[in-house]
Amino acid sequence: MDHPPKVLITKIGLDGHDRGSRVVAAFLRDAGMEVVYTPPWQEVARVVRLALEEDVDVIGISSLASDHLLVPELMAALGEAGLGHVRVVVGGIIPEADAQILEEAGVAAIFHPGAAREDIVETVRALSRSARDAREGEGAA
Amino acid sequence: MTRSRTRLPSAPRHAPAASQRASESEPESASEPEQLFLPGFEPSHAAWQKAYGESGAAARNPRNRSGIEIAPLYTPADWDSTRYMADLGHPGGPPMTRGIYPSMYRGRTWTQRQLIGFGLPEDFNRRLRTLIDHGVNAASLIPCNSVYRGLDADAVPPVLLGTCGTVVNTVDDMAACYEGIPLGDFSTALNDPSPFTLLALLLNVADRRGVPRARISGTSNQSDYLSHFVSNHMFFRIALPGARRILTDHIAYALEALPRWNPLSVVGQHMQQAGATPAEAMGLTLSSAIQYAEDCIARGMAADAILPRFTFFFDISISFFEEIAKFRAGRRIWQRVVRERFGARNPKSWRFKFHAQTSGVDLTREQPLNNIARVAVQAMAGIFGGLQSLHTDAYDEALSVPSEEAARIAVATQNILKEEAHLTEVIDPLGGAYYVETLTGEMEAAIEAVMGRIEEAGGMYRAVETGLVQRMIGASALAWQERVESGAQTVVGVNRYRLEEAGDEARPAPASAPAFRPPPPEIMARQVARLEAHKRARSADAVRRGLDGLARAAESEGENVFAAVIEAIGAGATHGEVCARLRAVYGKGEPLIVP
Repeated sequence: MDHPPKVLITKIGLDGHDRGSRVVAAFLRDAGMEVVYTPPWQEVARVVRLALEEDVDVIGISSLASDHLLVPELMAALGEAGLGHVRVVVGGIIPEADAQILEEAGVAAIFHPGAAREDIVETVRALSRSARDAREGEGAA
Repeated sequence: MTRSRTRLPSAPRHAPAASQRASESEPESASEPEQLFLPGFEPSHAAWQKAYGESGAAARNPRNRSGIEIAPLYTPADWDSTRYMADLGHPGGPPMTRGIYPSMYRGRTWTQRQLIGFGLPEDFNRRLRTLIDHGVNAASLIPCNSVYRGLDADAVPPVLLGTCGTVVNTVDDMAACYEGIPLGDFSTALNDPSPFTLLALLLNVADRRGVPRARISGTSNQSDYLSHFVSNHMFFRIALPGARRILTDHIAYALEALPRWNPLSVVGQHMQQAGATPAEAMGLTLSSAIQYAEDCIARGMAADAILPRFTFFFDISISFFEEIAKFRAGRRIWQRVVRERFGARNPKSWRFKFHAQTSGVDLTREQPLNNIARVAVQAMAGIFGGLQSLHTDAYDEALSVPSEEAARIAVATQNILKEEAHLTEVIDPLGGAYYVETLTGEMEAAIEAVMGRIEEAGGMYRAVETGLVQRMIGASALAWQERVESGAQTVVGVNRYRLEEAGDEARPAPASAPAFRPPPPEIMARQVARLEAHKRARSADAVRRGLDGLARAAESEGENVFAAVIEAIGAGATHGEVCARLRAVYGKGEPLIVP
């Protein structure tokens, strides 16, 4: 049986503005997904541990004040923890130059202010499927 | 203050003197004004209604962000000038609707206070000097997010340092921020919550330069811990009970020793940015102010000593008339609260002094230059609302920390409104407009309804402890998002009038104005090295005594914790050390996550 996509919505780094992460968490929940939500200021190691314990498909990072600069570190840590299949998306204020850095680090999607709800929902749904396929692939290998 | 729309207006009185006398004989609307028909009003109004109905105009009335239904036309049936003295009065006197000073902008225009914060202290100093050259006469220091979190530069990932605010940890850092700026003659707002270490740093700089502490002027901008707790958590360093105690001590200290410092700024801006409607933001802010006043009075401070030192800080959204009405209603409610609830006799206590900032949430990443128009409209709403101090946002805020060019345009916008558009020449120029007065009354009722809910919940402190306020704000944020998603609320360039050309999507600032880039890591490494040097150079004994004294004050009942913060900083303690010591006593501030 197909269970709903499982998503971790969180904020890493120092910023506390959580309107965006709360609204997106509510969207995804209303779209039928299972959402794990954390307060701001999570450390990278804790996000990795949560992703592992909760067995999520997608991690959504909200960044409004440069905290996305820690995302490459998160990507590396996920890889080391054997969570290479988990897809990471970032939403918020992401300057163009940084968007490129994030994409190179393996971030699957970036949502800027004004991103449409259905875009976010559909992207996360598709990424959840691809994460599960990738994990099965890893399992079979 | 609102009156039923079915009531008919009384005859207009043309002679001002007669009007004055007639109104004065009706104190506070206790007696009903004599009802008279305006000649021809009723048939004419009915004819208009019929014509309007036949015109094909939308039959359904829109609602503003606060949920108030907006009619297509307002007339003396909604508000008329027989209510003048009860509803408006004259500027500088109760009920303060028209403004808190008799001369308003004729006497002195608003303070152009721009936020500055990025990089090293010397970066702050350079930007400050540039803005002073462009006409800014007060500034507001934004510290780095690491400072917000109560941490020194050596305690956070280096990649995050100085990206969103200035790194200030020591007295030397603060001295560098204000190098060459005459401290006694410049208003220096500090975005600095409990335990107010930045002010402690600044007072120590003043001591060093021989400037009396009593001459330091400005505001503790982020002292409203309740608003941080419910909105953005940014300045929430210490658990609620500690934050409450330290704020009360901070106010007590300012009353004693800092006659030109406003120790409290009660903030609606965060809550509105977090999703509260304008009416909710105003109602919650007034409820917080009541809480703070009661805490001070419980500590033995006199209402008329503290209330003149209260200031407020609000968001100005682009909902133009709603914002104007929000400010006018807020002023009216506050003067009533301070007089009736706190028995304030000093007219200075009745003044609802506020700083306002144009709304960053209303700005878009798409077609960013459109934001210049948005900021101008928001700023106009704030000016017509009677603000005392204004920050205009830079148009590139939805893209990054503002570039220098964008920061300059933001200041120019204020100068254009003030000097080219002549917005300052008449006091409360929209006063008496049927729509504005009706809406002011309706916003007042909506704001008071919010205050009533908080009062029932046991006051603001209790209402945030239980999550009531967080739920209110969260529900409004979601409702707003749905309004934008459904297209019920147009956002130009986002859900309408999108330009399809790929190049338009999030076009960065023009080439002449390179977007802000965070300082390179080696610059921040220099800052960390400075901090280490500071720690080596100071007397370890003195710092230990200072921090021990701080802990003793925090554990005691009678000592002033803020005075102990100044002492500890003077002994060489850093911002992070002071925060850590107080967290050890009171506990760390953690957000309350409300489902």
